[in-house]
Amino acid sequence: MEIPRSSGFQLRHMMCEFGQLSRPDGDVTVFQGDTSVTTAVYGPGEVRMNKEILNKATVETVFKPKSGLPGCAEKMFERTLRNTCETFLLAALHPRSSISIIVQEIQDSGSFLSCCVNSCCLALLDASVAMKFLVAAVTCAIDSEECIILDPTVKQEKDSCAVLTFVFENKDDSILAVYTTGSYTVQQFQQCSQTCGEASKAVFDFYRTSIEKKLSKAT
Amino acid sequence: MDRWVGFVEVFAQVSCELCAPKPTRPSDGVLFINVELSPMACPSFESGRMSELGVEINRLLERCLKESRCVDMESLCIISGEKVWQVRTDIHVLNHDGNIIDCASIAAITALTHFRRPDVTVDGSNVIVHPVEEKDPIPLSVHHMPICVSFSFYEQGKFLLVDPSDKEEKVMDGKMVIGMNKHREICTLQVTGQMLLLKDQVLRCSNIAVVKVAETTDLIHKALDNDRQARAKGEKFGYTDSVAMDTITTNEMEPEEVDMDEVEETVAASLQSIRESMTDKGVGCIGEGGASTWELEEKELKEEQGHKVVGQRSKTTPQPEVVVLDSDSEEEDVVIMEGDQLLTQPRSQVYNTKKASSTESANLAQVQTKTKPKKRKGKP
Repeated sequence: MEIPRSSGFQLRHMMCEFGQLSRPDGDVTVFQGDTSVTTAVYGPGEVRMNKEILNKATVETVFKPKSGLPGCAEKMFERTLRNTCETFLLAALHPRSSISIIVQEIQDSGSFLSCCVNSCCLALLDASVAMKFLVAAVTCAIDSEECIILDPTVKQEKDSCAVLTFVFENKDDSILAVYTTGSYTVQQFQQCSQTCGEASKAVFDFYRTSIEKKLSKAT
Repeated sequence: MDRWVGFVEVFAQVSCELCAPKPTRPSDGVLFINVELSPMACPSFESGRMSELGVEINRLLERCLKESRCVDMESLCIISGEKVWQVRTDIHVLNHDGNIIDCASIAAITALTHFRRPDVTVDGSNVIVHPVEEKDPIPLSVHHMPICVSFSFYEQGKFLLVDPSDKEEKVMDGKMVIGMNKHREICTLQVTGQMLLLKDQVLRCSNIAVVKVAETTDLIHKALDNDRQARAKGEKFGYTDSVAMDTITTNEMEPEEVDMDEVEETVAASLQSIRESMTDKGVGCIGEGGASTWELEEKELKEEQGHKVVGQRSKTTPQPEVVVLDSDSEEEDVVIMEGDQLLTQPRSQVYNTKKASSTESANLAQVQTKTKPKKRKGKP
């Protein structure tokens, strides 16, 4: 059930829950509206011989779709997540070890990639893996009337002519990664990146309050 | 979709699609059960490959759900021998803390009871599947709910444990799984391990199972009722609602409005700076493009014998002058594009050179202007 939003320039209701699982070193379930993803992190830990890298940690990502077996699209998605995570992990601190990130889709109701990236970052934070900076991803869509919709739902994504996901870092507030589908102009791209940049600040605030709350003593 | 919380965590998802039935049973639907031991549950589980444990759990659940005939397969038939529903149950194990089987069986049967398939109408040989918005989806007809209960035995059956944990499973001698419904009917019974069981032990276990199954079935019905009521009232339901917000491990953020006034300004500013950097002296050709004029100039120079090329070009090109060729120097020609000129004149004009034939002696050289659709693309 979607809660109606007052305008397009609004992030949906965000929630996160740490420590649902007992086995992993760090885990989080992130909700963005009705989109929800559970991510678990194991590591830095033992690495399989054939995947060992001598001067840095091997970053592995596994993406589990909700139903059906993972196919090409899922492997591609896995790779996208791994590339993003590798850029902000300090893998060189843990040579010959593995950091494995497992992402389980719970529900996809739009802006799925950004939810996955955000949950990866929070799970890595929960597992205390060293990172260069925190990252926050925000998705926006450009609809047929050339309006920007922030954090679109599945229906909005389907009706739009372009969907852009930006990953920001919190050190210089610069763009770390961009994933786009569809066509758009330079002006629209700039507009989207600025809008998402503004929105990413809210996501970083959310990270901070979540971790503060988790490390606090009282409820 | 359903999830069962405990120390073991399992996530079950039921989906359905139309497919051809098995030739041996043309009027029965297909029930497919897939247990995924995700590496999330335990790092030693590998994704993609079924481990021995995975196969065991999968087979046991299949037997428990399919052979007890708890789901009416004939109601899943649309056209006998041609089209039936295939109901697929994916069970993801998220956290391994022993006794996956019990947890998975509860999740599977709850998800199957909760699942609703889209309505269909048959028009001759045409099958119309109605989307959920059009017609209310139909639940599967579940006759009874078989639930597995596991017992582990120690010291040749002297000690008995219900619902063993991960560590308890590692040291047990053997294990017995009883699949039972609340009508006290045994649907599956499996004994594994190297041990002998007395008749009394089996009877005692089945008596314990009766109590456990009754409790669990009540819990499932309660959960399903809650969901139904929430949906009927239009309240929040589903996984999002199952998170308890009063603990320190959870956090939420109300919908966040983004201030757009600042954005508009910064967009304009950044676009301006890009435009400026593109039309700076010396880098003008980067943004504007256009074909290479190098060869052309050599040929023209030979022909003109050092005359000014500029004059001749202005005849052939009616557009405003932007290219200044300094042909006095024999070595290198410099193209200077003035910044203000570039901004005032349309960007579409691109000089294109065309040679009649590259193998011919250099006597034919033309300069053409070509109009391209106004289009600029590129990232800053």
